[in-house]
Amino acid sequence: MKISVTVNGKRYERDVEPRTLLAYFLRESLGLTGTHVGCDTSSCGVCVVVLDGEKAVKSCTMLAVMADGHEIMTIEGLVQGGVLHPLQQGFWDQHGLQCGYCTPGMMMTSWVLLKQNPNPSEAEIREGLSGNLCRCTGYQNIVKAVEQAAAAMQSQPVETVA
Amino acid sequence: MFPAPFDYHRPGSLDETLVLLAQYGGDARVLAGGQSLIPAMRFRLARPAVLVDINQLDELAYVREADGMLAIGALARDAALERSSLIESSYPLLFDTSAVVADPVVRQMGTVVGSLCHNDPSGDWSVTALASRAQIVVRGSTGTRVVPIDEFLVDSFSTAVAEGEIALEVRFPSPPPRTSGSYQKIERKVGDFATSAAAAQITLGDDGTVAQIGIAIGAAGPTATRVADAESALRGIKPTKDAIRAAADAARKIADPVADPRGSVEFKKDMAGVLVGRALLAAFERLGVGGLR
Amino acid sequence: MSTTIEPTPTPERHAMGKSMKRKEDPRFIRGHGRYLDDFTLPGMLWMSLVHSPYPHARIVKIDKTAALAVPGVVAVLTGEDLAAHNLAWIPTFHGYDKQMVLAVGKVLYQYQEVAGVIASSREIAQDAAELVDVEYEPLDPVVNPFQSRDDKIILRDDRENKTNHIYHWEVGKREETDAAIAASDVSIKERIVFQRCHPAPLEPCGILADMNPATGRLTLYLTSQAPHAHRTVVSLVTGIPEDKIHVISPDLGGGFGNKVPVYPGYVVSAAASVVLGVPVKWIETRTENLTTTGFARDYHMDVEIGASKDGRVTALKVATVADHGAFDAAADPTKYPAGLFGIVTGSYDFPTAFTELDAYFTNKAPGGVAYRCSFRVTEASFAIERGMELLARKLNMDPSELRLLNFVKKEQFPYPSPLGFVYDSGDYHMTLRKALDMIGYEDLRKEQAEKRERGELMGIGISTFTEAVGAGPSKHFDIMGIKMFDSAEIRVHPTGSAILRAGTKSQGQGHETTWAQIAAEELGLDPQNIMVEEGDTDTAPYGLGTYASRSTPVAGAAIAMASRKIREKARKIAAHLLEAAVDDVEWTNYKFQVKGQPDHALTMQEIAFAAYTNPAPDSEPGLEATYYYDPPNLTFPYGAYIAVVDVDRETGAVKVRRFLAIDDCGTVINPMVVEGQIHGGLTEGFAIAFMQEIVYDESGNNLNTNFTEYLVPTSLETPHWETSSTCTPSPHHPIGAKGVGESPNVGSPAAFVNAVMDALAPLGVQHIDMPLTREKVWHACRQAATA
Ligand SMILES: Cc1cc2nc3c(=O)[nH]c(=O)nc-3n(C[C@H](O)[C@H](O)[C@H](O)COP(=O)(O)OP(=O)(O)OC[C@H]3O[C@@H](n4cnc5c(N)ncnc54)[C@H](O)[C@@H]3O)c2cc1C
Ligand code: FES
Ligand code: FES
Repeated sequence: MKISVTVNGKRYERDVEPRTLLAYFLRESLGLTGTHVGCDTSSCGVCVVVLDGEKAVKSCTMLAVMADGHEIMTIEGLVQGGVLHPLQQGFWDQHGLQCGYCTPGMMMTSWVLLKQNPNPSEAEIREGLSGNLCRCTGYQNIVKAVEQAAAAMQSQPVETVA
Repeated sequence: MFPAPFDYHRPGSLDETLVLLAQYGGDARVLAGGQSLIPAMRFRLARPAVLVDINQLDELAYVREADGMLAIGALARDAALERSSLIESSYPLLFDTSAVVADPVVRQMGTVVGSLCHNDPSGDWSVTALASRAQIVVRGSTGTRVVPIDEFLVDSFSTAVAEGEIALEVRFPSPPPRTSGSYQKIERKVGDFATSAAAAQITLGDDGTVAQIGIAIGAAGPTATRVADAESALRGIKPTKDAIRAAADAARKIADPVADPRGSVEFKKDMAGVLVGRALLAAFERLGVGGLR
Repeated sequence: MSTTIEPTPTPERHAMGKSMKRKEDPRFIRGHGRYLDDFTLPGMLWMSLVHSPYPHARIVKIDKTAALAVPGVVAVLTGEDLAAHNLAWIPTFHGYDKQMVLAVGKVLYQYQEVAGVIASSREIAQDAAELVDVEYEPLDPVVNPFQSRDDKIILRDDRENKTNHIYHWEVGKREETDAAIAASDVSIKERIVFQRCHPAPLEPCGILADMNPATGRLTLYLTSQAPHAHRTVVSLVTGIPEDKIHVISPDLGGGFGNKVPVYPGYVVSAAASVVLGVPVKWIETRTENLTTTGFARDYHMDVEIGASKDGRVTALKVATVADHGAFDAAADPTKYPAGLFGIVTGSYDFPTAFTELDAYFTNKAPGGVAYRCSFRVTEASFAIERGMELLARKLNMDPSELRLLNFVKKEQFPYPSPLGFVYDSGDYHMTLRKALDMIGYEDLRKEQAEKRERGELMGIGISTFTEAVGAGPSKHFDIMGIKMFDSAEIRVHPTGSAILRAGTKSQGQGHETTWAQIAAEELGLDPQNIMVEEGDTDTAPYGLGTYASRSTPVAGAAIAMASRKIREKARKIAAHLLEAAVDDVEWTNYKFQVKGQPDHALTMQEIAFAAYTNPAPDSEPGLEATYYYDPPNLTFPYGAYIAVVDVDRETGAVKVRRFLAIDDCGTVINPMVVEGQIHGGLTEGFAIAFMQEIVYDESGNNLNTNFTEYLVPTSLETPHWETSSTCTPSPHHPIGAKGVGESPNVGSPAAFVNAVMDALAPLGVQHIDMPLTREKVWHACRQAATA
């Protein structure tokens, strides 16, 4: 089936099997390997991408054909004009990653979280990220990273493009 | 892991959807949020020949009050309820539930109606729907039916939706004044289905007695289960510690869970009681009735 | 005697002891990490495995017809096909046993690999794998080691010895220990089980095998914590000369011990690539990860401690029954079948001790990896820390007092333990006192007493563990005969930047940063300009890899020593440039100067330039060195952890209200990285204490085949961690570092369990085995209520 998907602002037309999962479409058809896969049960969230600038979705639990006509943002779309997004800066500054495998998904979920709640408390961040697993960091520095990003975005709103 | 091959249709209208469902009958499955269906297909526990994707039907994405009812359309996501000020202010039971279904990412895709249609014995929405006496609007090519929730939940993973039909919306009666509720869930971690769950919704009369009440438990039988004995015992009386304790015991008695890695039958039965007690207590306290602990 | 310095950062340091941001992060935060599944090659095929639904069964027949008929399927391999290439069995890591690659004759555990399907896409490979028709004749399974002990059902008919008993191991003085315990005023004895669990890194294991028929070279992109060891194993098993094998371990999405062993999926893919002459990829599913690869623990330990009535310990005895699953694939050093379990005397000065262990085969997955711990140190630490808690209770003594009374004293180091280790350094009293102070121990005990009056359940749990890490000295430690040294190679470029290569392999620990910091500290160079490369066997010097907290103790030392070799050469160049005698040139303030003449100084950068442009007449040009470091001893990091919990007696829910971890890992290279390691390890310890276990039912079915049942805590359940440190450098390590990545996972389970048992003490509860699920705690509360 022919689909047309806008990913990180760029339109792609591809032929896919209906059963192709969005995560593999992004990784294998488009070569955007920043979106990872870590389970088969929609549990881990390393595959999270942003749908239509408003939903964080597990791309392993969405068919590529469902994205036809929609906009997707992946980790690769976070840098704007060569400048790191405050979330990227926050994760780096606060040691919010170790192996980095969960990091793209964490940042995508956080992106939507901050869009909906620009000034979240620690408890709200912990709640908001609870669909994403991390095996390395113990989450504490991830929370700090999101706090730093929130503060930076409040003082200097960034253009958020999906 | 990948689904087995299937045919995919994405109708642009409800009518088209109904035509497709009629055409493919038992071979077709409605695809809503996909948060239950796609994992099942990846494990090949589900192998539908045809998927009818309703995600394009934006007109079904509503959460609105009309005619004394809150209507939630088939494409309204859990997250829409979690973020709705209407739900937060007027539907405490629904609001509680919307925050503990699955995980916050899954909730951005998963739908309330899809969850009811999936009818997992440990699902959350069916418990809440029972306690608040919801109805489901079901449409097929021959017409529309409104099915009370007690009749809708037929058996594990089975509902009143017949081949060729679609569930259009779920309706919750708008609560009269002095109504509150609470949802209580024990889960091993976020993203786990309930080990045990309980929902309570209470309306107090002017005299402080219980005018209307709904109590239901989850993960305690083939489907969510109404604790009818507790409802009738509490109806018409002023709440007391003993009455709450008795309601909890009624839940223990009626609970018929299965043993699984989440817990033994004995544990789950007891939790059904503990959670019913806690749900009632929280609901009464939200209504300003104290002294029940 | 050990030196004791209060906390870490030494401000005058050039590069070490600083929380430098990680150099590897820029690629990860942009989504440009390169993990195994990110590699694709032209013409690549996919491999999918067929698994046994039975835990124990004879294979009657395998019919490939339907699978082979699926368009896109290239081959279906079975054990018999591999047998033709002598690859049906491979030796296990520590060399005493062998394991099946694909089942031949019978299957020995549920999910065992039975066939491999090679096809043109992942989807087709999976479709066809479903169609491989295997006929089984089920046999009775043996699902626990106590059942396996009676040898009524012999699992391994391939072995000469017709018994399920794998080995007996013991150390210490049995009679003396028995006598001492018998003569003690007080003693405790408890069966303590450390459950089977799994490292479950978020990135599963995988391989992309690429046999190039034109060059005859086999390139293996592999999720490998030990790339060189894997190259050697592949060469030994296949007979392919080692120079024709190239292992590349790319960015790893976590490892925790899971990516140390060689798995059947690797062998089948590599064999398929060799036979077909095209690249073949296999990426494990989460189910395969949890059901077939590298589990950890599964020790059933009988712990006995004797003491005088005033609380002085007299003797320790631990007898363990170990469940090794279907093959003895435990990743332990050859001479240490039970790893470093001898550390079980912990931080305490036992006059005598004895420990023994018997290992058995069962119809369960093989493994026994060092899951975020030095070999079997977690099991040992848990046993002693639980044991001390039980003893404190029996003596009616505060558990902190009992510990302070029995700790090895600072002046006893180097301390020879009764089970054969020589602890390098420590000041256990200082560290525990600091912890008690920081957490406000006395106030907490008061609060607890008040709560107990009201019937509320609050608990405080202590764990003061000592680890033995950094395997290891070559006279004792080898894996398949290869000594457990590690290596570093440093090349300083003319402009004063450098490349550093090591035999280790980071899985998130941040080696690209910390290794650069060590070299920069030793050489006075800018750590930002020292590029670190690991994981490529064509370029890195030979090393045994990263696991068991060995990287810093072993490779970290190799880096320091390679740097010092470079410094010695640089001294000669400096002497030449300064026109001074070599002996008159000294290294001060990260520069070479003529003794006592700071204005006659040269930076390493200047010397590097000269090494290529103006070399000393009597020495080789260039500036590089390689060092293979054979550690003289293990290192012994330790810590004092305190957990505070509240228990809901109605539901059995435990809330970890506070958790304080004070770690002493000797010299700290990067405090930020150390803290990150501790947060992560504590979270894994928390998961083990409260929710993780690989359970097999009575019929041998694995009940934890996915993240829906093998539970990983989220940000919401995970407690907030409080951390601090003391610093007792290792006297024998070139930079005094001891290693830290695993301490929190080793030390924390006992703190959690001790806290919950302390909370339940008023109910008379002695011990509950992990994981402390709500139901177990509820059950204990209930029994107490009805008793
Ligand atoms: C990690 C994870 C954790 C979860 N935890 C929980 C939990 O704790 N509690 C809980 O209740 N649920 C949980 N779920 C399930 C989740 O809430 C699902 O989203 C929900 O049950 C189904 O909604 P959906 O819109 O995704 O439906 P889908 O997956 O699209 O459909 C589910 C089923 O309902 C049918 N269906 C859907 N919509 C209609 C319709 N309008 N008419 C007729 N048939 C329809 C489909 O054909 C399918 O058979 C979890 C899911 C995941 C992935
Ligand atoms: S890969 Fe685990 S949730 Fe998508
Ligand atoms: S950083 Fe490794 S899983 Fe999160």
